[in-house]
Amino acid sequence: MLDRAPAEIAKDTATRRVRFRGAGFVPASSRFGGWIALALVIAIWEAAGTTGLVNPLFLPAPSAIARAIYQLAVSGALWQHVSASLLRIGVGWLLGTAAGIAVGFAIGLSRLARGVGITFISALFPIPKIALLPLLILWLGIGEEPKIATIALGVFFSTAISVYSGVDAVPRNLIRMAQSFNVPFATIVRKVIWPGALPAILAGFRITASVALLLVVSAEMIGAQYGIGAFVLQAGNLMQTDQLLAGVVILSVFGLMVGKVIGWLETRLLHWR
Amino acid sequence: MDLIANHITHRFDDLAVLDDVSFTVSAGEVVAIVGPSGCGKSTLLSILGGLLQPTSGAAELRGAPPADSLNPLTFVFQDFALLPWATVEENVEFPLLHAQLTAAQRRALVEDALRRTGLTDFRTTYPKQLSGGMRQRVGISRALAVKPAILLMDEPLSALDSQTRELLMEDFVRLLADGGMGAVYVTHNLEEAARLADRIVVLSRRPGRIREVVAVPMTRAARAEVAARERLLALQNQIWSLIRNEAIDAEREVQHA
Repeated sequence: MLDRAPAEIAKDTATRRVRFRGAGFVPASSRFGGWIALALVIAIWEAAGTTGLVNPLFLPAPSAIARAIYQLAVSGALWQHVSASLLRIGVGWLLGTAAGIAVGFAIGLSRLARGVGITFISALFPIPKIALLPLLILWLGIGEEPKIATIALGVFFSTAISVYSGVDAVPRNLIRMAQSFNVPFATIVRKVIWPGALPAILAGFRITASVALLLVVSAEMIGAQYGIGAFVLQAGNLMQTDQLLAGVVILSVFGLMVGKVIGWLETRLLHWR
Repeated sequence: MDLIANHITHRFDDLAVLDDVSFTVSAGEVVAIVGPSGCGKSTLLSILGGLLQPTSGAAELRGAPPADSLNPLTFVFQDFALLPWATVEENVEFPLLHAQLTAAQRRALVEDALRRTGLTDFRTTYPKQLSGGMRQRVGISRALAVKPAILLMDEPLSALDSQTRELLMEDFVRLLADGGMGAVYVTHNLEEAARLADRIVVLSRRPGRIREVVAVPMTRAARAEVAARERLLALQNQIWSLIRNEAIDAEREVQHA
């Protein structure tokens, strides 16, 4: 203390360590915590099922769900349903993504397209796309087309929004830098705007993948013979809850796989971050 | 090739930023622009480099640029403006991609620019792996690769620590030593202006008008000598006395905004 006399300072010789106050508030997770918690929940669930604590009609044990998946796989029904859903998701997602990227870039790069595009997107984006399925059936007939179109529509809007948001977020200083070197417009788009918008586009893929999954299940529940959505609905109607949950687990695994693929793409394409 | 600011006036909507600014940067000359915060220094540089259209007046060029110049007016940015997804080498090569050059010519230009800025060993690193000083070296290397006639430098050292600033200032002095390349150097640092410039354009508070053009009566080589320090300090004090009161007013204006 500045107001103390030197003699007093000399007397105060004992030292003590400064207490550490900086722990916590770090967004980190423990390495195996998630897996241990998952295993614990499955074990409790299994025990509740096998001991009769929970009625298997309402909540079948994990082992029963695993058996149902195995039987589905052996009978060939699993592949029939999964392949039907994958085809719809794949084609619908690709169409919606391609159109969304094109429109998103147009909105991001052109004043006219922005004025027109954002007005339409604002008006149409909030509509639950599944509500359009009956209309699409009327237009495109009963078959794969209306289901694929529903998925494509759902994917399109989210993609377009994430793309033009990504284009808007490209640092203006990089564009000015390119212009200062007389770099042509097409090269600026290819070498500056595309890589600059890619993080937002890939983040959009995560959202559109789940939108596609949601819409394929909904569409298949409304009008399909094959597909995971149709299978889950059928199982529910017949009170085959093990089969129903088998379908749900397959959907969950599919979602996880899509997440892994996008994660891999991010690691490969955004390694510079 | 000369660069001329010809009665440049600029407004952002109702805000008058520059008022009738005229001066000429002759071939090989280094002109520093100083002035209080918000006086329009960077706006003026953007106009001179063709990145902003003035409300009235014009930036003009007189005479032909050197035959080998691929981009006569080339910026070095305060925030470096490096492509974060590109390596050092790719960043330096970026402005050459659209030029009518063979791959071998392009490689040679990149090599030369990397060598002149001491970046040869860092060619495969990404900007995020580099310190601020090294990032600005990449920005300078990219500018040198296109063989500019005039460098337009917008506070290129202001984002760096004092030691790095000193090292890069030595690099600037070396690069501009032979007079083959001119520069417009925007800065708020009077020491940098006095070290580097042949003439210093002092702008008034917003809207920026030319208050005075101060000639630095020494060669850049002579300024490095100990004997020159006193004269340089006197020059800085002279410029500071021109802008001090306005700098205080400008600071208060920002605080009240």
